[in-house]
Amino acid sequence: MRKMLLAFAAAGAMIVSGSAFAADYKIMAPAAPGGGWDQTARTIQSVLQDEKISGSVQVVNVPGAGGTIGLAQFANSAKGDPAQLIVGGYVMVGAILTNASPVNLSQVTPIARLTGEFEALVVPASSPIKSMADLVEKLKSDPGSVSWGGGSAGGTDHITAGLIAKAAGVDPTKVNYIAFSGGGEALAAILGNQVTVGISGYGEFESQIKAGTLRIIGISSDAKVEGVDAPTFKEGGVDVAIQNWRMVAAAPGISKEQEAAISADVEKMVKSKAWQDQLATKGWADTYLAGDAFKTQLAKDTEATSAILKDIGLVK
Amino acid sequence: MDTFTLLAHGFLVALEPMNLFYALVGVTLGTAVGVLPGIGPALTVALLLPVTYKLDPAGSLIMFAGIYYGGMYGGSTTSILLNTPGESASIVTALEGNKMARAGRGGPALATAAIGSFVAGLIATLGLALIAPTIVKFALSFGPAEYFALMILAFMTVSAAFGDSTLRGLTALFLGLALGLVGIDLQTGQARLAFGIPDLLDGVEVTTLAVALFAIGETLSVAAARYGGDEKIEPVKGSVWMNREDWSRSWKPWLRGTIIGFPIGAMPAGGAEIGTFLSYSVEKQLAKKPEEFGHGAIEGVAGPEAANNASAAGTLVPLLTLGLPTTATAAIMLAGFQQFGLQPGPLLFATNPQIVWGLIASLLVANFMLLVLNLPMIGLWVRLLSIPRHWLYAGILVFATLGTIGANPSTFELGMLLAFGVMGYILRRFGYPIAPVVVGLILGPMAEQQLRRALAISQGDVTVLVGSPIAIILLVLAVCAVVVPLILRARGKGKVLSQLAANED
Repeated sequence: MRKMLLAFAAAGAMIVSGSAFAADYKIMAPAAPGGGWDQTARTIQSVLQDEKISGSVQVVNVPGAGGTIGLAQFANSAKGDPAQLIVGGYVMVGAILTNASPVNLSQVTPIARLTGEFEALVVPASSPIKSMADLVEKLKSDPGSVSWGGGSAGGTDHITAGLIAKAAGVDPTKVNYIAFSGGGEALAAILGNQVTVGISGYGEFESQIKAGTLRIIGISSDAKVEGVDAPTFKEGGVDVAIQNWRMVAAAPGISKEQEAAISADVEKMVKSKAWQDQLATKGWADTYLAGDAFKTQLAKDTEATSAILKDIGLVK
Repeated sequence: MDTFTLLAHGFLVALEPMNLFYALVGVTLGTAVGVLPGIGPALTVALLLPVTYKLDPAGSLIMFAGIYYGGMYGGSTTSILLNTPGESASIVTALEGNKMARAGRGGPALATAAIGSFVAGLIATLGLALIAPTIVKFALSFGPAEYFALMILAFMTVSAAFGDSTLRGLTALFLGLALGLVGIDLQTGQARLAFGIPDLLDGVEVTTLAVALFAIGETLSVAAARYGGDEKIEPVKGSVWMNREDWSRSWKPWLRGTIIGFPIGAMPAGGAEIGTFLSYSVEKQLAKKPEEFGHGAIEGVAGPEAANNASAAGTLVPLLTLGLPTTATAAIMLAGFQQFGLQPGPLLFATNPQIVWGLIASLLVANFMLLVLNLPMIGLWVRLLSIPRHWLYAGILVFATLGTIGANPSTFELGMLLAFGVMGYILRRFGYPIAPVVVGLILGPMAEQQLRRALAISQGDVTVLVGSPIAIILLVLAVCAVVVPLILRARGKGKVLSQLAANED
């Protein structure tokens, strides 16, 4: 019965795609429905299908522990299967370290970095802090008096706060970081004047910044970002640049040819108009980086993250 | 244009035949996924998001809203009939609702849940239309200290769910609190009580625990009792519909539940469960026949169900006015908005009024549709209970297992479900109430995080906990909730209390 259903599904997919040879993919989103990784996986799904790069794409959610549960499951069960992909990102790099995960990103085959989001540092409109210099000054006089509202401990937001303190010459272990679970709780705390500064992905704050209820005092990009009216951290005198990137990886133990075929499919997807349209509507920056360049960058990110997590005191 | 003109325009959008159709699809799907434990509205909306990409924005958002309201409603059906809460917000409904169903009053229980949900949805949606900016200001004035006070109030009043023995109730509560400690601590990122098992890093899932304790535990104790020596389930006794007494006992809990649920739903860290807990204990305090609580009091279904649906509408307040998603479903709806290039937030009401008001009007339409769809279904639903017991419980077991696997395809999760099921059986066997375990698991981590946030922000100064009028009022209420009944009971042996309840009319 099951085989029959599969056959039907396959037949259906062929008719839809018009090509019997398009690869079928199964993408794991190692997070609950609704989050960034889930949305990335589902966007990949719709673009691969719409562009007829793949006949049938399935998304499965395996939530938990910053993606490390999904990653561990993927590394074990997908071994050698070129049809399986996993979505992941920078948060995973930190989670692997803080959770002492037995499986890390070297146990999968990274294909490409797809999108990225820069971190924005904001204060309520009524705050006396007007610029990065003001914040650094307050931080230097009493690090504990600056409470930072952001996502979970050890995540990108926390790491960025630690990096800013370190670059400003303040002991990163003194950072008074208040972790909020997702779903806008941090934003509510910032709007309600509960914390001194807020730090999170720019998209989380965008509409508030435009409405004038929040003031952005810096963005974590290397150079000015189009459409964002704010200095970079570097321009504000703090030498920090970081992006919360998302990537797609393939199974461990696949051949070079299989890896090349997947990379080609991903490249075709990234170059398509449908993908670019999706990025525009979702407000994701295109930070496509593939092949060895991505692998080198990944190693660099892992090393830097490990160092800062040790500085903050989250990893021994 | 004033609000009512805008709302009228909204109705023009919502009542277009195609949009009515989307609303119908939405509420039907929503009710279906609400009935299935584990598959929540969040997953459904996520699955439909790519499909709706091709629809127009108004149509797809209307469908999402229908799913959301439908899901909130559907959860009550399985809670009442099968004692299997599909989501955490309908746990309280199971307490009284299932007792009613066993006594042949499943019809009135389902009816009061359906009509209560409708009334609450109606009032709360109007609240969303008319006073959203005020409510959001109130919700934002809640900082960690105020949330902590709210949790204390919930803890104090939740003893209403303890049953007859306070000691047993507290034991069960602490069991839940201990389970709540499992997993990665949000503030420090360190794992607690995970014993190196990665599956435990995210803690114990509330629905897994609830389904295990309620459904599996009950199935086990029925199986252990062999020939049904305990009470017999009567599918229908008396009318399937609500009688005059049911109505007069329901309408005030509906209104009170709405008033409690709506603002709590609007709070970013509130959560629908808190509203249902508070509503349940308020109803128990005010009931004319408090002794009926625990044995199928209709007020205990009417109030929490209204609170549950009102908080669903409350969730849309921060979503539409601030772009703040406070539940998983709201987060996906936010993604839905963005898919169409709409940015919910302070500017949405100004830049896209036709969509916002179309959505609000369609919520009202969806709410009405739910009532029309579900009332005639009640007669059919209660027949479930006339299924022979061994089949019914086998069905519940399959249902509960499928739901858990559907939500998280992991064998470890399934193992936890069974282990907690055995725990539920043992608790039942020795007369411990099970609701406080779930309550502890929900409230414990919330209270802990808020307390630690409050103290971290104040750098260790504990006076921050009583630093605002809201926090003080909530704490005073919490103290009253414990002390006043004690004093009254000591002085008049409960007479004053029942008099107070009588005076309420």
